Order: sequence, then C-alpha cells, then structure tokens
Amino acid sequence: MNDDVVKNRHTETSTVHPATDAAVSVHDLTVAYREQPVLWDVDLDIPSGVLAAIVGPNGAGKTTLLKSLLDLVPSVSGRIRFHGEPFRARRRDVAYVPQRGSVDWDFPTTVADVVTMGTYRRLGWLRRPGHTEHEAAMTALRRVGMADLATRQISELSGGQQQRVFLARALVQDASVYIMDEPFQGVDATTERTIIELLKELRGEGRTVLVVHHDLQTVPDYFDWVALLNVRLVAAGPVREVFTQENLRLAYGGRVGFAGTKEPTSGPDKDPTSSYMGRIRP
Amino acid sequence: MTPQTEIQLIAVAAAAACALSGTFLVLRRMAMIADAVSHAVLPGIVIAFLLGGGLGSPLLAFGAALSGVATVALVEALQRTKLVKEDTAIGLVFPALFAFGVVLVSRYADHVHLDVDAVLLGELAFAPFERMIIAGRDVGPRALWIAGGALVLNVAAVSVFFKELKLVTFDPALAAALGFSPLLLHYGLMTLVSATAVASFDAVGLVLVVALMVGPAAAAWLLTDRLAVLLPLAAGLGATSAVAGYWLARWFDASIAGAMAVCVGLVFLLVFSFAPRRGLLARRRMLATQRREFAMTLLAVHLAQHEGTVDEADESRLASLHLHLHWDEDRLRRTVRDGLNRGWLRREDDRLLLEDAGRSAARTVFARAWPQGTGTTPHRI
Repeated sequence: MNDDVVKNRHTETSTVHPATDAAVSVHDLTVAYREQPVLWDVDLDIPSGVLAAIVGPNGAGKTTLLKSLLDLVPSVSGRIRFHGEPFRARRRDVAYVPQRGSVDWDFPTTVADVVTMGTYRRLGWLRRPGHTEHEAAMTALRRVGMADLATRQISELSGGQQQRVFLARALVQDASVYIMDEPFQGVDATTERTIIELLKELRGEGRTVLVVHHDLQTVPDYFDWVALLNVRLVAAGPVREVFTQENLRLAYGGRVGFAGTKEPTSGPDKDPTSSYMGRIRP
Repeated sequence: MTPQTEIQLIAVAAAAACALSGTFLVLRRMAMIADAVSHAVLPGIVIAFLLGGGLGSPLLAFGAALSGVATVALVEALQRTKLVKEDTAIGLVFPALFAFGVVLVSRYADHVHLDVDAVLLGELAFAPFERMIIAGRDVGPRALWIAGGALVLNVAAVSVFFKELKLVTFDPALAAALGFSPLLLHYGLMTLVSATAVASFDAVGLVLVVALMVGPAAAAWLLTDRLAVLLPLAAGLGATSAVAGYWLARWFDASIAGAMAVCVGLVFLLVFSFAPRRGLLARRRMLATQRREFAMTLLAVHLAQHEGTVDEADESRLASLHLHLHWDEDRLRRTVRDGLNRGWLRREDDRLLLEDAGRSAARTVFARAWPQGTGTTPHRI
C-alpha cells in the first residue's frame, strides 16, 4: 500500500543506487511498538558479498531491524528487498540465526536434528528429511567442528556450542544472505574464532553476511562494512569510511566509552578507536 | 467384548489421545491452556446441544472445538493488550466461559442427559450401555468410537505434521522465517486440543482432561530427550494410568475418572523420583558425587598450594587438617579416603602427601582459575 508512495519518493535515490545491486535494501523503514518508534525512517543498502556489522547502543532497534527484514515484525512504513525482491519471494536465499537465548534448550532433540531443521524450507510442508538432509546436516556440523557431538542432547551443550549449532543450521540452508543476531554473545574465545573464520569463508564464497554486533573493538578486524544505528540510521558504509569516532558519538551519544572506545585518556595505544582513527584521518 | 474390556479400551484411547496433543502443550509451556480449553468447551457443547444436536452428534464436537479455539484467541487478545498477564488472562477467560456453560446447562438442559456431574467427571461406567448401531448392527459402545476417533486423529495429525510441529515448538521465529506459519500451526494445534478434550468428555469428564494432557507428557519428558520417543512414551504412560485407574476404581468401588487421574499423578511421582538421569534420586546421587569430587579436588589444591613451603608440615598434618579447612573431622576422613582410593594422596606418618595424579588434578584447577599470563598464578606450581 505504502509501496507506491515510497517508490515515487525514491526515484532519485533508486537511480543512484539501483536496489537490485544491493543484497539487502531497506527504504524508509519505520517500525513502531504501540506508536513508539523503534526504527525511524531507515534507509540502508547493503552491497552483495560484504561481511556487515550492525552496531548501536541497547534499544537502538538492531534486533527489530533484523526481525523486520524477515517479516517477523510488522512495519509502519517502508520497503525491504533482497536482491530486488521481497522476502517472501526470496525465503530460500535468506538464512536467519536468532539469538541463542530465544529458544528453549531443554527441548527434547539432538544437535543433528536441530541442524536438519535448516533443510525444512527446501523440503516444504509434509515431506520428511531423509538421507540427503542428514548428510547436509553432518557436513555443516563438520564445518563448525561439532560433528562428534551430533547425537548429543542440546541441553548438554555449552553456550559456544549452542551458537555453533545455530550457525550450522544456517549453513545447511545454503543461503546467499545470512542474518545473525549477536552470534558472539557469551561465547568462548575458540567459538568466536571459529565463527568469524566461517563468516569470512561465507563472504569469500560471495555471500552476504549481516551481523548484529556488540563489541566495537573487533568491528575493524571482523567486518568490512558497518551500519551504525540508533533508532535512526546514523551512518552506513565501508568500515574504513564510516567507523569514525564522530559517527560513534552520534550513535552512542555520551556513552561511547562503554565498549572500550573511551576518549584517549588511557593513552593512544590502549584506545582501539584512536588506532584506526589514525589510519583514516591522518 | 465384555463391558469391562470396553470401558478400559475407551479409557486407554482417550488417555493416549490426550497425551499426544498434550505433549506439545507441555513442550510449549502452555500446560494451563489445556485446563482452559477443557473447561471452556462446555458452553460450545451446550449451545450446540440446544441448537438441536443430540449427545454425540458431530455438531456437538464442532461447537466444542470452536469454543475451545475461541478461548485461546480470547486469552491471547487479552494478553496482547498488555493490561493483564497471560496467567491472569487464562484465569479470567475460562472460568467465565465455563460458568456460562454451567448456567446454560442448569437453566435449559437439566431435564436431559447433560448434567453437571456427567460433564465434569464423565460417566465411563455407563458408557457400554450406549451402543453405536450401524445398519441395524451393534458395532460397539459409542464412546469407544469417539475416543478411538480422537486417538486416530491425534496419531494422524502428530505424525503427518511431526516436522512442522517440532520446528514451530522449538523455534517459532525460524519457523516463520522458513515459511511455516506459526499462527496456522498454533491454531491447528489448539483445534486438535479442543477436539481431543471434547472427545474425552465421555471418558473422564472435562476436569480430568487436563491431568491426561499434562501428566503423561511431563513424565515422559523426564525419561527421554527425543521427541520421536517422547510422544509414544507419553501415550503409553497415559494408557497405563488409565488401565491402572480402572482397576483402582474397581477395587475401591470409586469414580473411574477420579482413580485414573490419581494414577496419572502416581505415575508422574514414580517417574519424577526414579527416572534414570533426571529423576530426583538420580539428581541427588549426581550432586553427592560432585560434592565428593569437589572436596577431593579442594584437598589436593590445598596440599599443592603449600607443597615445599615452610608451613607445609603444619598444613598437611592429618590431625589438624580439618581445622585449616574448617571441615568437620568426618568430612575430612571421607575425603581422605576418597583421595587415597583414587591414588591422589598417600600417607606418611601423620602427614598427607600428594601423588602425581593429585598434583596434576590441582594443576588443572589452577590452569582454569588463573589462565596463563595474568600474573596471579599461585606460588609453587
């Protein structure tokens, strides 16, 4: 309904950034819970084949953005496209990794079974997973280094292992866009390394990876593209260009300090922001 | 078939049917919805009855299923306003609907075979008297056909939609993202629950449906961690409780439905206490083992800390060790015995010394507690 209006208003920008070029493009997205805007008029084009971070303070609407990409929350206005098409037409190409805490890990099932759920989209209604699907699940488990835990009950896993199971489940979907909600939340260092290596592999295969991320210090190491969000979109683009202290202050307000991006009172070496700031702005 | 066998078959079919749909309610943490739905089907039954459906007519089942689903929708609508919490919403909706049904029964239907007792507790004992006649032939008690139908329906629904129900129960967000509508599956399940509740009406009455839906599923969950095993197991436990309840009722000359629900409780209690891994006793035993193991490690760490220091002799003297650790002598004695048996410790006169195994156990603890390079590694190790 709102699509026409949005299209008209965006004819200019659309010619500048043709939506089909972007893996994910968001135009004029506003999401509100009981008339309280959680996302205000967000415009965002994520190019194909990048490893992108979405950062922003608590309550910035990061998870909401992901959920509206996946049609899980209704939007008040705006349009979302995956490779130029609505999500409904592109379900097969989009894999979603929810927050680890969003499911009940006491559920009576095994690691391999959870990973197999990633094949359900291809199977559709009523068809049961068979040999092919189990093989695909095992391959994905091997990639995340969890093949030997395939028959384990999921409640016996550590936090990092749970996250890797979720990642394997997304790998099985063989999607072109991966959307992940805080995959590094509360995982051990080994898992964090495994995950980031895998995400870089996915990017290497030409896939687009979109990650809600909390740890500002690792953004320059892990990602090549970043969106700074705080209800509105503060900035988006290649990390080298937009991950500046100025933009961070705009996104985080006075609270930039909390993730290790303090003003360089503790010396320039200790401050991660200043070190890459130096690279961008001599 | 003797009436005795018929009654037991009806009870078994109803119990198994309830256990199957109930399993998904329990897994979705919606056990109380079973209570709500089972009560709230009453107004649906009564209205359908007053509209001309006889007892056991399909109209009755339809009305009941409809009011069951309406209850769920009402509870959810109320909850969505955020003015009341879910449990409060359940507590508000179903007693109101149920009471409305009771008023209708007492005002308009008290002259027929639809009295409050029958609705609440069922009349299993009389079920064999009402026969199903097809083409002039007696094909068995009507209640058996209804409960059997519910069982067939549940088995069919759960096995055909096994994958979908599992996915939406475990991770509704993923289900939605993959294109399996959680809303559709949710209301599908609620329809199944309502239909099962009304079908069990004859067997155990509405009040006890909740026992059959929740008890066997909760017990089975303690016994297995595979959904594909849990479902038949829950059905089996439900059926067992039903048969046991029948014989208990005969023995006591008491209400069959009441005895069945008591048996559900007993079966749960048995499983809860004695389940091999998740039962109360198994947990206790595991905890005790962990505690002993920890005490032993603590002792090894203590000895390792003081090994080779000036106060080593004092800190490892058996007679005074319990004072250092602030343990009672009994605990020390038990822990020392464990350590000696494990080969972690050896005694030399009145002193306790570490063997290599004990020392490496202590070292493992240190490595975990003080990862390398933080500069707080304890002396000596």
